Amino acid sequence: MLLIPCPYCGVRPELEFSYGGQAHIARPQTSASAEEWAAFQYERVNTRGPHAERWRHTHGCGRFFNVVRDTTTDQILRSYRSGER
Amino acid sequence: MAEIALRRPPSPGAGSYWRPLPPCARYALRVNLVDAAAAAGSALPVATAACRASVQGDWAALWLGPDEQLLIGPEPAGAAFADAVASALQGVSHSVVDVSHRQGAIEITGPHAAALVNAGCPLDLDLAATPAGFCSRTVFAKAEIVLWRRGNEHFHLEIWRSFMPYLAAFLSEVERELPGQGGSRGA
Ligand SMILES: [Zn+2]
Repeated sequence: MLLIPCPYCGVRPELEFSYGGQAHIARPQTSASAEEWAAFQYERVNTRGPHAERWRHTHGCGRFFNVVRDTTTDQILRSYRSGER
Repeated sequence: MAEIALRRPPSPGAGSYWRPLPPCARYALRVNLVDAAAAAGSALPVATAACRASVQGDWAALWLGPDEQLLIGPEPAGAAFADAVASALQGVSHSVVDVSHRQGAIEITGPHAAALVNAGCPLDLDLAATPAGFCSRTVFAKAEIVLWRRGNEHFHLEIWRSFMPYLAAFLSEVERELPGQGGSRGA
């Protein structure tokens, strides 16, 4: 089981969390083209190595936050609040 | 309906390490803690430290998130208390919802309390990680609970009502593996 550091609650077992996919995907302007919308909806990086992703502390404080996890080792390098980098 | 369900608590065996607690008043308070602090100076119980409970008289405030608190107090307090909170937070954006009958509580005490909690809950119950006063929403087996460590060997579990029979059965089952009064091993 992963131990995930919630920026609000501290280190907690993975069971309390749910995964939220790749982080820092900006929503396009409403005037964006169909291709831009398709990219926003479907295109993800599939990183090998450090990957910025969203997690939600579902069975805890309930907050979304960001985690940088190495996809080859599952090691979590850092976590930070939504809106931060 | 709610009354009937709440007042038929699960029954632990003789000498058990856990027992259901009598009904009490509960409020879900949603408020930005910075704003709440500005409105403080009142009798409002608010826990400001993350994952810590703050006890004020009969009332306890459990920190569940940066803008979420669970207030627990004696049952007949009801509407008067909600009004007091509402007036203490006048002018501050907040919500107070009576959730008294949404959940029940179980208390686990004794030298094997942590072992019994850890049978279903994955939290690190070492006192360095979760000292007395710690509280959090977490999971217990297949149910979501709020865990409040009132003392080193004293846990308070807030359990949504429909999960109560399941949790009680789980605790009764696990308890049989523990030595001492609660155990029925070899019996
Ligand atoms: Zn959290």
